[in-house]
Amino acid sequence: MIRHPFHDVAIVGVHNTAQAKVLADHDSRSIALEAAHGAIGDAGLTPMDIDGVVGNLGNDFLYQHRIGPVWRSLSALGIPAVLEGAMAIACGLATTVLITTGEAGSYREHTATAPWTRPTNEFVAPYGMFTAAEFALMARRHMHLYGTTPESMAHVAAVIRNNGHANPQAVFSGRGPFTAADVLASRMIADPFHLLDCAMTSEGGAAIVLTNMERASDCAKAPVRILGGGTDHFGPAYQHPPVWEMGGRKRPDLIAGTVGRRAAENAFAMAGLGPSDVDVCEFYDPFSFEIIRQFEAFGFCGTGEGGDFVLSGVIEPGGRFPVTTDGGTMSFSHGGAAVQLFQRVIRGVQQLRGECLSMQVPDAHVALCTGGGSGALFTDVLLLGSELP
Amino acid sequence: MTMLRPQDRAGVSPVPTMFSAPYWEGCAERELRYQVCIACGAANHTPAAVCAACDGADLQWRRSDGRGVIHSWTVVMRPVGPDFDAPYAPVIVAMSEGWFLLSAMIGCEHTELSVGVEVTVEFHPIADGRLVPYVRPVR
Ligand SMILES: [Zn+2]
Repeated sequence: MIRHPFHDVAIVGVHNTAQAKVLADHDSRSIALEAAHGAIGDAGLTPMDIDGVVGNLGNDFLYQHRIGPVWRSLSALGIPAVLEGAMAIACGLATTVLITTGEAGSYREHTATAPWTRPTNEFVAPYGMFTAAEFALMARRHMHLYGTTPESMAHVAAVIRNNGHANPQAVFSGRGPFTAADVLASRMIADPFHLLDCAMTSEGGAAIVLTNMERASDCAKAPVRILGGGTDHFGPAYQHPPVWEMGGRKRPDLIAGTVGRRAAENAFAMAGLGPSDVDVCEFYDPFSFEIIRQFEAFGFCGTGEGGDFVLSGVIEPGGRFPVTTDGGTMSFSHGGAAVQLFQRVIRGVQQLRGECLSMQVPDAHVALCTGGGSGALFTDVLLLGSELP
Repeated sequence: MTMLRPQDRAGVSPVPTMFSAPYWEGCAERELRYQVCIACGAANHTPAAVCAACDGADLQWRRSDGRGVIHSWTVVMRPVGPDFDAPYAPVIVAMSEGWFLLSAMIGCEHTELSVGVEVTVEFHPIADGRLVPYVRPVR
């Protein structure tokens, strides 16, 4: 049996606050605090049990509840925050770590695209670049190299949006159902991405509580094990041309287009598992193409085969690899600059607990959760399990 | 069909850094510049302190011939903000000297973009008068 320090750490509490286009009467601090209380309650703990926090808004929680001095990290971008919390616990820097985030009130005037999509860098801003255009330049290259079609991307978007349609907690609950034709008929944003190929914008909070396996047995719900994880980064997002073939100097197969491959290899190796052991794919979905890309990058299918793979019936509910089952950033929520980067992890935990209100994958034991994307030159992965393999 | 043209209302002015100042000084003279590593000959862009191919710290500015081919492209129909006019077409250009330039296509219909199209660089002002490199198909 493979042992890794992460295997002594479990996720014991998760919480999404209400997610909405606008959360009236909330700002980022208040919604992150509500998320924190929800996750701590979900774990059956109290604020006094927390001895580590991650992120700026975790710091606010720490001060408001006067639980300091405690361990604290600044990590803010989803899976890296979870891995850092797990490392702190595995290394004995903390016992029970709260990760909380939220955003409300920062984007309600829509004359420009959302602030987190608009880089100010000198080499991209003069050309009107924003996230959809950055990711489109990656998708276009894949279409050129492998013949990937807008129809395959639209199918991904329809499946994820239909997951959100069925989810009573999604911002776009009940807005469907959608077909690939509906996606292709929606207005073009940045070719090849139509409006319905893209993430939405909304407001919300999310929080996660981690602890060691000894404490986890006293918590309210069955612990979800951290089987493995990894992060792949090539440098700052939205400053340099997003070239599919850009590689580092160490391994020629690790290029920006397949970012996340090394992270997934590492995560699977920590668990002694592979793609065929995964029951549910909680993949980050900033744009439809990124789901196709991740199946290739993580080794679920061969390079260039992702378009056919997603059209083969595997990603729908009941398929072999159901994807982004709450509706993701396209339909569940995209609550700001980083909130949504934690929500693949929360959904993975809910799947392994068997507590999803919609699209529950029967008998799910292993979930692969991800964040990031090729247009931003990074992809992070977290492998969760209901028990150790 | 809409002819792609420079974004002369774009209010996002580049703020040069210590590394990039020679690049923007070149643009002001309608000259596209990139860096070449003296140790290994590799072309480097965006402006850097060390060579991305060999760690060499001796990088020399060169004038590009401004020629390349479209490596990837998009056409934006929802502008990033009110000072951009859709459609516009950000592109990645594989330059003849072996480096990649992020720019935008002008001088053709927005339906005419394709990987492999040969392009040449030309300079046009944004809102504050600063010259920015765009690319146009070679006819
Ligand atoms: Zn060199």
